[in-house]
Amino acid sequence: MTVKYTEDHEWLKIEGDTATVGITVHAQDALGDVVFVDLPTVGNDYAQKEAAAVVESVKAAADVYMPVGGEVIEVNNALIDNPSLANSDPLGAGWFFKIKMSDPSQLDSLMDETSYTAFSAHP
Amino acid sequence: MSNAASNNSLATPEPLLKTPLHDLHVALGARMVPFAGYSMPVQYPAGLMAEHHHTRNAAGLFDVSHMGQLRLVGPDSAAALETLIPVDVIDLPVGKQRYGLLLNDEGGIIDDLMFFNRDYLNGGDLSVAGPPQDAKAPSGGSESHTVGERGGDIFIIVNGACKVGDIAHIQQKIDTRCEVIPMPERALLALQGPQAVTALQRLAPGVEKLVFMSGGRFTAAGCDCFLTRSGYTGEDGFEISVHTSQAETLARALLAQPEVKPVGLGARNSLRLEAGLCLYGHDIDTSTTPVEASLNWAIQKVRRTGGARAGGFPGAEKILAQLANPAATVKRKRVGLVALERIPVREHSALQSMEGAQVGEVTSGLLGPTINKPVAMGYVKPEFSALGTRVSAMVRGKPVAMEVSSMPFVPNHYHRG
Repeated sequence: MTVKYTEDHEWLKIEGDTATVGITVHAQDALGDVVFVDLPTVGNDYAQKEAAAVVESVKAAADVYMPVGGEVIEVNNALIDNPSLANSDPLGAGWFFKIKMSDPSQLDSLMDETSYTAFSAHP
Repeated sequence: MSNAASNNSLATPEPLLKTPLHDLHVALGARMVPFAGYSMPVQYPAGLMAEHHHTRNAAGLFDVSHMGQLRLVGPDSAAALETLIPVDVIDLPVGKQRYGLLLNDEGGIIDDLMFFNRDYLNGGDLSVAGPPQDAKAPSGGSESHTVGERGGDIFIIVNGACKVGDIAHIQQKIDTRCEVIPMPERALLALQGPQAVTALQRLAPGVEKLVFMSGGRFTAAGCDCFLTRSGYTGEDGFEISVHTSQAETLARALLAQPEVKPVGLGARNSLRLEAGLCLYGHDIDTSTTPVEASLNWAIQKVRRTGGARAGGFPGAEKILAQLANPAATVKRKRVGLVALERIPVREHSALQSMEGAQVGEVTSGLLGPTINKPVAMGYVKPEFSALGTRVSAMVRGKPVAMEVSSMPFVPNHYHRG
């Protein structure tokens, strides 16, 4: 299983032509305590880098962008009920949504873990 | 992911100033951000939510040394200050604090401030003027003396982002009527929360005798402090002015108390909004008058039409007309708003009537950690300002139902004695 990262601090876990999307440890740390998420509607299509979800702490709101284009096939309803999962387990139970990728070649524009670790240390 | 509602990334043209507690904040693991020209702690490792709740449940220590401190000294100081603010300064008893609003000639708010009458009979060294160390909360004889009758010594705290302009404005307007003495050598700490008094009285016995909006000079942990029982959280607590050279000693002594944890600017904002208190530059500014800002309570009767010292402050004609006939003169009012759905509504969100007409704008908003609901302040047309009125806040293009609500959103816990 491959995990890729965006410059906007989303992660993408790839399984065939589907992928799970969430925000990184760095992102949730920068936001602080997450108190609200707004997730996309299942069935909606989004282009790469289009805002698909919203994550808010008490002090700030941020858009979550589509790492690659595709259709939303599932959202994490547990995250709506308990937004703090984005802080406590950002790479696991705090996932945001799953997509069916429309153009997997867009994955080439994303970073691997080593690159992202260096990037997020000096964004 | 990108921040949409954080302005921390704005480039700062000049190097940031540091408060005397800067190294302590860094040692405590604070995240430092630019604020009012200073590098300030927005939160510590505990995080905004934990810091907010700790302040409501125990005691939080805030560094607010970026704020401006100054004194007006001289027999004419109270009357001189009354020419700048629509507030009763002359009748404020010794040892008492009051809220004030610096106005421009259009009645717009240049800044909000707190002022304190420390014209003690035994003032002694004016550089650290206050009551003798063994004085109790001002009582008995000295209480009958007001600023107007005594030598005149008014201590003022203004907002950090406004202080340079405020001091220039005050000096220009007051001219030679009294001395205007900026106090850049003083740091300011706030200790806030229901256990603040327990923690502070261990270091400064006697502070427990003070009531809300009173103060005096105390020694705490060997530091010479001038403190008031007031703050910006809605909780009981103190604001403590101390020489910069003693600020870290005092902060460390307070943090050593079991009730006390450090709290950053993030929680300071959520605490003040739940308390219904305005943030200058957001909820009030030069485009808003005190009446539009629903701060009528800050204008005492003596300064209103028919009062002994009516008018005589900048913008008086407009302000007095707004007080006398709001229906004809006031086009918008500051109100509290609570969302009926669990969707945070932030600053600059448009407010609409249920029919979709534009009726106002949100000036501060967040999910209140204690009330556990989205709360906001904003300005609406007067016909939408009645408690219980329903409006829609536009959030990402979708309406979020809100109700005009009384403030504070979380009950105040001031110690009124």
